[in-house]
Amino acid sequence: MTTIQLPHFLIVGAILFALGMVTVVTRRNAVGILMGVELILNAANVNFIAFNHFVEGPAKLTGQVFSIFVIVLAAAEAAVGLAIVLAIYQTFRTIDVEETDLLRE
Amino acid sequence: MNEAVAHAIEISWLWLIPFFPLLGAALNTAFGARLQKRYGKKANHAIAVGVMVASCIVAEVAFWSMFARPAHERFFENHLWTMWQSGSLKVDLSFALDPLGMVMTLIVTHVATLIHVYSVGYMADEPAYWRFFLWLNLFVFSMLLLVMGSNFAVMFFGWEGVGLCSYGLIGFWYTDVEKAKAALKAFVVNRFGDFGFVIGLFILFWSLSGVWNQQARYVPEPGLAGPALGAQVERPRVSPAGVPLGPTIEFRELRNQIADESSGMAGRLGAMTLFGLPVLALIALGLFIGATGKSAQIPLYVWLPDAMAGPTPVSALIHAATMVTAGVYMVARLNFLFALSPAAMTVVAAVGALTAIFAASIGFFQYDIKKVLAYSTVSQLGFMFIGVGVGAYWAGIFHLMTHAFFKACLFLGSGSVILACHHEQDMRKMGGLREYTPITRWTYLAACVTIAGFPIASAFYSKDEILWKAFTARGLAAPWIGPAIYLIGTVAALGTSFYMFRSYYMTFTGKYRGGAGHEMKETEEDPHAMAAHRHAAAADRSFDVTAAAAEALAASVPHEHGAPHAAAPAVHEEHDHAVPHESPKSMTFVLIALAAASVLAGFIFGWPAAWGGHGPLLEHWLSPSLPAQEKVPFAELPRSTELLFQVIGGVLVAGGGWFVAWALYAEDRSTLPARLKAAFPRAWALVFNKYYVDELYDATVVRFSLFASRALYWFDQNVIDGLVNAVAAVGRAVAYADAAFDQKVVDGAVNLLADAFLHGGAKLRRLQTGRIQAYLFGALAGAIAFVIIQYVIR
Repeated sequence: MTTIQLPHFLIVGAILFALGMVTVVTRRNAVGILMGVELILNAANVNFIAFNHFVEGPAKLTGQVFSIFVIVLAAAEAAVGLAIVLAIYQTFRTIDVEETDLLRE
Repeated sequence: MNEAVAHAIEISWLWLIPFFPLLGAALNTAFGARLQKRYGKKANHAIAVGVMVASCIVAEVAFWSMFARPAHERFFENHLWTMWQSGSLKVDLSFALDPLGMVMTLIVTHVATLIHVYSVGYMADEPAYWRFFLWLNLFVFSMLLLVMGSNFAVMFFGWEGVGLCSYGLIGFWYTDVEKAKAALKAFVVNRFGDFGFVIGLFILFWSLSGVWNQQARYVPEPGLAGPALGAQVERPRVSPAGVPLGPTIEFRELRNQIADESSGMAGRLGAMTLFGLPVLALIALGLFIGATGKSAQIPLYVWLPDAMAGPTPVSALIHAATMVTAGVYMVARLNFLFALSPAAMTVVAAVGALTAIFAASIGFFQYDIKKVLAYSTVSQLGFMFIGVGVGAYWAGIFHLMTHAFFKACLFLGSGSVILACHHEQDMRKMGGLREYTPITRWTYLAACVTIAGFPIASAFYSKDEILWKAFTARGLAAPWIGPAIYLIGTVAALGTSFYMFRSYYMTFTGKYRGGAGHEMKETEEDPHAMAAHRHAAAADRSFDVTAAAAEALAASVPHEHGAPHAAAPAVHEEHDHAVPHESPKSMTFVLIALAAASVLAGFIFGWPAAWGGHGPLLEHWLSPSLPAQEKVPFAELPRSTELLFQVIGGVLVAGGGWFVAWALYAEDRSTLPARLKAAFPRAWALVFNKYYVDELYDATVVRFSLFASRALYWFDQNVIDGLVNAVAAVGRAVAYADAAFDQKVVDGAVNLLADAFLHGGAKLRRLQTGRIQAYLFGALAGAIAFVIIQYVIR
């Protein structure tokens, strides 16, 4: 009987990361990109928890604390990111990132 | 002590004599126009006359302090500073007065002062009053430099300075083209003379150079080159009598070298030759050419008659009394040099004699009163050159002195006449002036008597002394030359008496012929432009008028005052043109003073030795300056002969000329002149047109000069400019090539680099899309690539 081991978690984390990455790279909607970023952060969280459990042992809390920090950070990031998106919208009347290419200049 | 050697006494204030006129000129130059505007003309002539009086006073003080000393101490010098020194040439700014220079200085300062005073009246209506006086003062300054300069350099400075001032004053009314031309002519003709002067000077300086060995014998050097640098050459440059030897431009040192017999300089100079010609003759003739230019002798006399275009006081001061005598003064100053060369002396005397008779004959038929006086001046200068040429230096200077008085008096008298007749210079328009201008008439008559050489009047002593010395001269190239010159001079003196009394009778006797307007005069026209026959015809017509004055008054067409001939712009218009008037007191005073001087100067200074007593005072006074005087040989003839000659000269010649003039011209009564002229029209036209010398010069010298200058202009335009242009063209070609290289290669490289970056940048900027996703995509791609590479390499 097979038990769920570390590689399974890592594969789930990798799939999550890949999905997030694809979302970030391909979505034209700025809000979508932010959501992709959330996916990537959560992929990292999965990895933290998995490594904490299988490598350090269930008694240890290091990875879990890290993931708590990441969640807080993600919340802050989402707030800032949405503020930026709002500002972009007020400037360009759109949140399509293909249109907002002022960095080119 | 050696009597032949002159030692100088340093007098520290001699420079004041020329300084005062310079000061006046400077003041009138700087402030004259403003002073005239603010304070009127008084301010200008106060300055000008004031400085002249100051200069006079200093000159007189110098005279009395010289008079108080014994004869061999009468050499004053005032050394100011050394202007430059180069090899053996040392040029000092220094002044010197010896008895000769003293006489000249007194004449110049005193006559000039009188003429300044006269000008106050004569130029009263001149708008550029200050300019006139500044030129006049500057002239006196230059003349004093010429007279008082202790060396050739200072003298030459003055020599050129008087030429410049003469130019400025002849062309004083420069808006009249004829007057400006006359000024230019005077200046250019003088340049011819100066050329000779400078050449003579250079040869003199060259001939004095050389090495002197222990025995004070001259060892000639080839050319001007001195001994080789550093060579030990024994050169005791002192003669046994203590006279420094060698090249010098100081008159006194030169005089000492030649007058001191122990130096051997006289003999050495006599033996030297240059290109096979005796050096002494070359020096003397070169200097004499300078004198002919300045003193208006053949062949360079032509400028002086034209110089009458200047204001009359200028004619009196510069072109009669002072500047034109500079040549005579120079020959007398260098008497020791001229006396060494009989050939040069003969040339000087012969040129003087020819000029005397030539100019006198031209004077016979001139109608312009100033032209008569101008030719008379040329003629009298000829007499002076006879004097200095035959070796009677003191007599030449004596005539110079008396001439300064009587000719200044005549010129100023003519100025007074011209003013009286409202700027009319044609004697045919005068006549009968004795009623209107009595003072002018008497002074003019006195001066006429003087110049004619009647006994008592001063020219009697000076002219007869010159002619007597010419007759007895034995220092010339051949013994018969002296008597020949005497004959020519006597005829010239006869002519002098004739034309002077002719001018007197035409001007002052008969009836006044002016006032009915002015008709055309041929003297107004350019003499070069007119054919002789037209000349004679026109003159005939107007001369008939002279013969029948009443007819002339009726016939002549009255029209406006001849504008081109008005000597001053629109003056005296307020006077009634019909009536002549006497001149103001400032002018008549000067006339009286000069007339008195011209009559009296003769027997005071020139009491003839033949009359017994002390002999001529002036000869005695001048003898220290004229060391050659005793060396020139004269024939010893008994006193009775000299008295006889004086009777011939004073009574027969002067009286004869006067009688002819009186018979022909007094009171307009004789018709003989008109008939004679009608009988010999060609001869008359020849003399009236001055023997066509001006035309001859125009055809030869002037035309040649113009041709030469045109040829040189062509050469300059084509050859010199061609060379310059060729060089420029080469430069331009090189510049073109250089520009092409610069633009194509250097700029090309720079541009290529810049273009590479430009285009590279343009390409690269495509990467910068500004889209975050693209960057992110890049980063992701990079990371994947690294991962793949990691696997592949491992």
